[in-house]
Amino acid sequence: MNFMDVLSNALRGAFGAEAAIYALAAVGLNLHFGFTGLLNFGHVGFMLVGAYGVAVSVSTWGLSLWVGLLIGIGCSIVLALILGIPTLRLRGDYLAIATIAGAEVLRYFYRSDWAAPITGGVYGLRQFANEFFALNPYSSNLELGPLLFSARNLWVMTVGWSLVVLTSLLVYLLVHSPWGRVLRAVREDELAARSLGKNVYAYKMQSLVLGGVIGGLAGALIAIATQSVNPDNFNPAVTFYLWAIMILGGASRILGPILGSIIFWFLATFLDSFLRNATASGLISPDVISGPDVGALRFVFVGLCLLLLMIYRPAGILGDPKELRLDVR
Amino acid sequence: MRPRLMAILAALVLLFLTGAGTASAAVVGAAPATGHHPAALTAAGDQSLKGTLRGPDGKPVSGVKITAEQKGQTVGSATSNAEGQWQIPLPGPGEFNLKLDVSTLPKGVQTRDKGGEVLEAVVVAPQQQRTVIFPLISTSQPQQAKPGAAPQSTSGPGQTGDQNQSGATAEGGEGVSLSRVLQLVVEGLKLGAIIAITAVGLSLIFGTTRLINFAHGELVTIGAVVAFWISTDPGNVPLVLAGVAALVVGGLLAGGLDLGLWRPMRRRGTGLIQMFIISIGLSLFLRYLILVLFSGRREKYAQYALQPAMQLGPITITPRDLIVTLASFAILVLVAVLLQRTRMGKAARAVADNKDLAEASGIDVDRVILSIWIIGGGLAALGGVFYGVTQGAVYWDMGFNLLLLMFAGVILGGLGSAYGAMVGSIIVGLVSQLSNLWFPPSLQNAWALLVLIIVLLVRPQGILGRAERAG
Repeated sequence: MNFMDVLSNALRGAFGAEAAIYALAAVGLNLHFGFTGLLNFGHVGFMLVGAYGVAVSVSTWGLSLWVGLLIGIGCSIVLALILGIPTLRLRGDYLAIATIAGAEVLRYFYRSDWAAPITGGVYGLRQFANEFFALNPYSSNLELGPLLFSARNLWVMTVGWSLVVLTSLLVYLLVHSPWGRVLRAVREDELAARSLGKNVYAYKMQSLVLGGVIGGLAGALIAIATQSVNPDNFNPAVTFYLWAIMILGGASRILGPILGSIIFWFLATFLDSFLRNATASGLISPDVISGPDVGALRFVFVGLCLLLLMIYRPAGILGDPKELRLDVR
Repeated sequence: MRPRLMAILAALVLLFLTGAGTASAAVVGAAPATGHHPAALTAAGDQSLKGTLRGPDGKPVSGVKITAEQKGQTVGSATSNAEGQWQIPLPGPGEFNLKLDVSTLPKGVQTRDKGGEVLEAVVVAPQQQRTVIFPLISTSQPQQAKPGAAPQSTSGPGQTGDQNQSGATAEGGEGVSLSRVLQLVVEGLKLGAIIAITAVGLSLIFGTTRLINFAHGELVTIGAVVAFWISTDPGNVPLVLAGVAALVVGGLLAGGLDLGLWRPMRRRGTGLIQMFIISIGLSLFLRYLILVLFSGRREKYAQYALQPAMQLGPITITPRDLIVTLASFAILVLVAVLLQRTRMGKAARAVADNKDLAEASGIDVDRVILSIWIIGGGLAALGGVFYGVTQGAVYWDMGFNLLLLMFAGVILGGLGSAYGAMVGSIIVGLVSQLSNLWFPPSLQNAWALLVLIIVLLVRPQGILGRAERAG
C-alpha cells in the first residue's frame, strides 16, 4: 500500500487532460442548465458530433485537422437546432428525455454498419491528430515532485485548460451582459420573461447552440487527446459525469464547473487508485473487490455523490442556494 | 409549422453531413443479395462460414485461428478479430470440417464439449453465409461429452448479441414477404407488451407525483437478476416461482424507495427537477451496484433456455415466447381492470387527474402513491424477468437499455396515462422490430427513439394525452 502513489495519481487526475476536457464540457452544460435552466441530458451527443467531426474529416476525407474542428463545431450547431426546435417550446422534462434519446440515437447511428465506411462503425477511427501534436512546444517531460506529466500530456493539458479559461471568460462576459440577464430571467420565470416581451424561445435556442458548441469543442479535444474515437465512449454515463461535476462545483457559477471537475476527478481517481492499490497489496481481500469491480465502484460513487448532493446541497460548493431555484412549476 | 419544417430539414442535413445518410445510400445501392444481417466483416465470396467467439464471460475472444477443410484439404482459415468475429470465404458449396486451433485460445478458456474444437460435416448451401458456434467455457468448468450429430448452428445474429432472433431467416436475401412481416409483427408485439408492463408503473408514478423516475430501469434489472439468482444454483427454484419472487422483491423495493426517499422529499417540498436528478443519481448507484454484485457477464436462465420453435401458420415462435407474450397482455388487461373497477384504481386515477381535488375529497393520497409505487415496481421487475427470458440474456444494464424505450412508449402514449403507456409501448415495440425489414437490426432501438422525437414534434402530449399545454 503506497499512499504517495495513490495521492500523486489523484493529483494527476485532478489536473490532467481528462479533468480539463470534462470541465470544458461542463462549462457548456452550465450555460444550458445553470444559466438558462435547460435540462440537457444529452450533452454527450454534442461531444460525439464534435469528436467525429474531427476524426471523420481527417481519417475518411483527408482534410486538415483544423477544417475538421470547424466541421465538428458546425455539426454541434446543427444538432442543437434539431434538438431544440421541437423541444424548447415544451416543458423542461421533455427536453431532458428528448436530449438523452437524441444522443443515444446518434450513438447507434455512428456505430451502425451503415455508417461504418465513414465512421469506422464499432471500431471507431484512430491516428488522426498528428497535426495537433506536431505543434507541441514541449520537448521534455515535466516532473513536479512525485507528479510526472509527459510532453504530449502537457500539451493537451495546456490547450485544454486554456480553452476552459477562455470559454469561462466568454460565459462570464455573456451572462453579465443584457443578454445574460434575460437568460437568467428565463431560468427564473419563463412566463415573466415572456410577458415582458422577450422571445424566450430564441434565447433558449441561442443558449442551447452556444453551450452545444462548447460541448462539441470538448468532444473534439477528447478525440485529439486520445487520437481515437469510438462511439461507445460517448455513452449516457458521460453526461451523468458532467452533471455530477456541474452540481458538485455549483451550477450557475462561473467557476463551478472548473472546481467541480478538479474535485470530482481528484476523488474519482483517488478512489480508483486507492482500491487498486489496496487490492494489490492485500489490504482488501480480492474476494471482496476484484479488478473489474473497481471501475464500477467509481460509478457507484458518482451516483451516490449526485444523489446526496441533490438532497442535501443542491447548490453545490460554490452555489448560492437562493440564486438557483431548481423548481419549474 | 415553419420551425417544425426547419427541424426536419435540419435533421436531414445532419444525417447527410455526418455520413450516416450517404453511407446508407451507398450500402443500399450495393447491397449484396446475401447476408441481410451485415456483419462487420465484408463477405468475400458467395459462400462463407462465419461466427463470433465469445468467452465464458460473454466477452469476445480474439486471435483464435479457425481452419476449414474439405476432403482433407485446407480450403481456408481465419483468425477472430477484436470483436471475436471470424469469417472464412469458401471456394464453393459443400461439406466442410471446421477446426478451431486450441493452442490459440486464451488462458482459462476451453471448448464446452470434449472434442468440440472440431465440427464435422458442416453443410454450406450455395449463396449461404453460414453461422457456426464454438461454445466456449472456462477451464474451471467440466467439459461435456460431445452431442451426437451435426454441429449447432443458427442463422440469425443471435450470438452477436442482437436481440433479434427470428428463426425464420435461414437464408439471406429475402425482401419484404408477408410471412416475414407477420413474424416481425409478432416479435414487435412481444417486445411491446414487455415494454408496456414495465412502462405502466413509470407512467402512473409520473401521473401521481410528476416525478420522472429515471431509476425505473434498475427495477427491471433487479427483477431479472433476482429471478436469475433464485432459479439457478443452489436453489434451482422453478422459473415461474422465481418470477413471482422477483415481482414481490421489485414491489417491496419500490415501496421502500417511496417510503424512505420520495415521500420525505415530497414532504420537504423538493423541486421536481431536483427529484429528477436524484432519481438519475439513484439509477447510476443501483445500476453499478448490480454490476459489482452480478458482474458484467451476460447470463441465461437455465430453464426454458433452448426450446424448439413451433410453427403457427406463417409464424415461428417458441412456446416460451408465446406464453410470455400472452401473459404480458393478460397482465395489461388486469391492470386496466384494476384501474377501472377497484376503489384503489379509481383513487389512483383521481390522484393522477387532480391531486388537490382528490385529497380534498378524502382520498389518502400518500397511500395511493405508495400502492402505485409497489404495483409499478413489481410489474417492472416482472417485466425484467420476461425480457430476460425472451431475450435469452440477463445482464447488468438491460433495464437501462429498456428505459429509453419505456420513455419513448410513455411519451408516445401521453405522459401520466396508463393506457397511453400501453399503446405507446406496443407501438415502440412494433416500430423497432418492423424496422428490421429495411434496416440493420443494430439500429432498431434508434428508430424507436426517433419516433419519440417525431412525436414530440407533432403531438407533444402524446396519442392519448390530454391536449393540455405541455410547454
